[in-house]
Amino acid sequence: MNIVVCIKQVPGTTKVKINPETGTLIRDGVEAVVNPFDEYAIEEALRIKERVGGVVKVITMGPPQAEAALRSAIAMGADEGYLISDRAFAGSDTWATSYTLSKGIQTLSKVDLIICGKQAIDGDTAQVGPGVAEMLDLPFVAWVRKIEEISDTHLKVERMMEEGYDVVEMPLPGLITVVKEINTPRMASLKGKMKAKSAKISVLNVSSIPVDAERLGLKGSPTQVLRSFVPERKSGGEKIKDELPVMVEKLKSTILDLGIVK
Amino acid sequence: MGIKVDLEKCIGCSLCVRACAQNAITIVNKKAVIDLEKCNLCSACVEACKKYQAISITKDAAENGVDINQYKNVAVFVEQREGKISGVSYEMLGEGRKLADALGEKLIAVLLGHGMRSQADDLVKYGADKVYYVDGEDVARFRDDTYAWFVTDFINKEKPSIFLAGATAIGRSFIPKVAAKVYGGLVADCTKLEIDTEKRLLLGTRPAFGGNLMATIICPHHRPQMATVRHKVMKQAVRDDSRTGEVKVVEVSGAGFTERTKILDIIKEVESTVNIAEADIIVSGGRGMQKPENFSLIRDLAEVLGGAVGASRAAVDAGWIPYSHQVGQTGKTVCPKLYIACGISGSVQHMAGMQSSDFIIAINKDPEADIFQIANLGIVGDALEVLPALTAAFKERLGK
Repeated sequence: MNIVVCIKQVPGTTKVKINPETGTLIRDGVEAVVNPFDEYAIEEALRIKERVGGVVKVITMGPPQAEAALRSAIAMGADEGYLISDRAFAGSDTWATSYTLSKGIQTLSKVDLIICGKQAIDGDTAQVGPGVAEMLDLPFVAWVRKIEEISDTHLKVERMMEEGYDVVEMPLPGLITVVKEINTPRMASLKGKMKAKSAKISVLNVSSIPVDAERLGLKGSPTQVLRSFVPERKSGGEKIKDELPVMVEKLKSTILDLGIVK
Repeated sequence: MGIKVDLEKCIGCSLCVRACAQNAITIVNKKAVIDLEKCNLCSACVEACKKYQAISITKDAAENGVDINQYKNVAVFVEQREGKISGVSYEMLGEGRKLADALGEKLIAVLLGHGMRSQADDLVKYGADKVYYVDGEDVARFRDDTYAWFVTDFINKEKPSIFLAGATAIGRSFIPKVAAKVYGGLVADCTKLEIDTEKRLLLGTRPAFGGNLMATIICPHHRPQMATVRHKVMKQAVRDDSRTGEVKVVEVSGAGFTERTKILDIIKEVESTVNIAEADIIVSGGRGMQKPENFSLIRDLAEVLGGAVGASRAAVDAGWIPYSHQVGQTGKTVCPKLYIACGISGSVQHMAGMQSSDFIIAINKDPEADIFQIANLGIVGDALEVLPALTAAFKERLGK
């Protein structure tokens, strides 16, 4: 099975803090990491490979330093890394990213299954997975929490919905996006890290991918950021520490005052 | 296209350095220098430099060959599961009506379902001027290929200027496919929509970076301007029986779509009947509940208040409650009218999923817990003691 995993390099968010004076994001010393949702995608690809054999290729679009994300994936066990990188891609929205990624994937030899994390933790859009599926005209299932069955021609998966899950069958080749519940990603082994260090990363750019220049980067993006700003944080309200009956009475009256309990 | 620093105006204050999420800006000789390899043209620095206006991004987006004047009216996707129209759809109708009025245009409701003619008629009462009802067994249940095909077909035929859908599991699955097909601009998970009446553009504001950054997005040269919209943020349309409108029924049979996926089963596994994405009240438990048995205290209070049960990642990872109840960055984003966090310390990831709730109550033993920073009411106490007492108080009060 030829599996392609789409990944993104994102800032490690746990350290994201707001400067209270300027109201801006503090990003000093924040390292770039593989988008956590994509780690589930990499892990699932490795598990499929271990079950039925095959090759796991990881692909990312980003600046040159996004190569580090590919090496992290190779350290986990992925076989090959592809970096789509060119100034012409800067400013891409989800449409242009889906377009460029899909064109990049088309340059790879036969693909049976594409796996993406459900969304990236910086943009939070969850739009690139379905976008790539559409542009490659592949069957698509989002929010996969379990692969029940896999054969050369079909997948049977569980798709998370608000109130439970759907069991969905899809033919291959196809694309799925996966949620956290699907697995626990492995840590990279020492051997894996050594392999990743020396692994060759193939770089794809405008001259190696057949693309329509009108559909790239900021120019090819239907959406544009008009402005971005840091939201006003809710500031803490009243905090009380008292005898239990006093606190319960306070809770009861506060909740009743909201007028939503019938 | 590109980003530029006006060296005359730049005073080297470094506000832009701090605003940059990509670490692309450094101050060299008291002037901002932008590393173009790192910059993704997000415009956060432009905003940070409002005072000095030293940074500018020039945008020369292509026109895409689309005559945007051909596109008119606001359309909303009305979502149903098992023949029941979801709450978020009424929110879309309410918001869509406002946008249509601001533009002086019509509101079109798009419903895909089977045997739902009377509900389709009712959408007029909820504000639609026109209902586009696709009727057939093939669209009774959500499937990506089919839904994307019919909504794309609708867009190509009716050419709406704006298209909205709920940011639900269904909406966020197939609407991006529609946007890919029609080359529309899609803004994910909006919490605010406005109209620039002068330019007649939709402004969609949405959280990113787990709610730490807000971005307002426009789609100037492509149509439709599309957005998925978060639950519980917009007001539901109010029914008005005096309203009239047109209902157009589209038969599924004979349409040229192919479906590649097959739904084998639909399983419900939410413990209580209330879905946390739709709930007005959520009682949520975390590590402070200490053991699985104690989660019944959360369920008891949720039941008496008529709310849903939520959980932090720690509680889900410990196996106390299924993942479908998890609130936070790796779970669900919720915005109920009341969120009661019990024994939840308040990690950045958890708060990203619930900080836009209307009213937040936190119950925690640790007076320094981060959750208190965003709580409207903080109770410093043991949730294991407070919860049963509060449940009892409400039972008495409500006569349950």
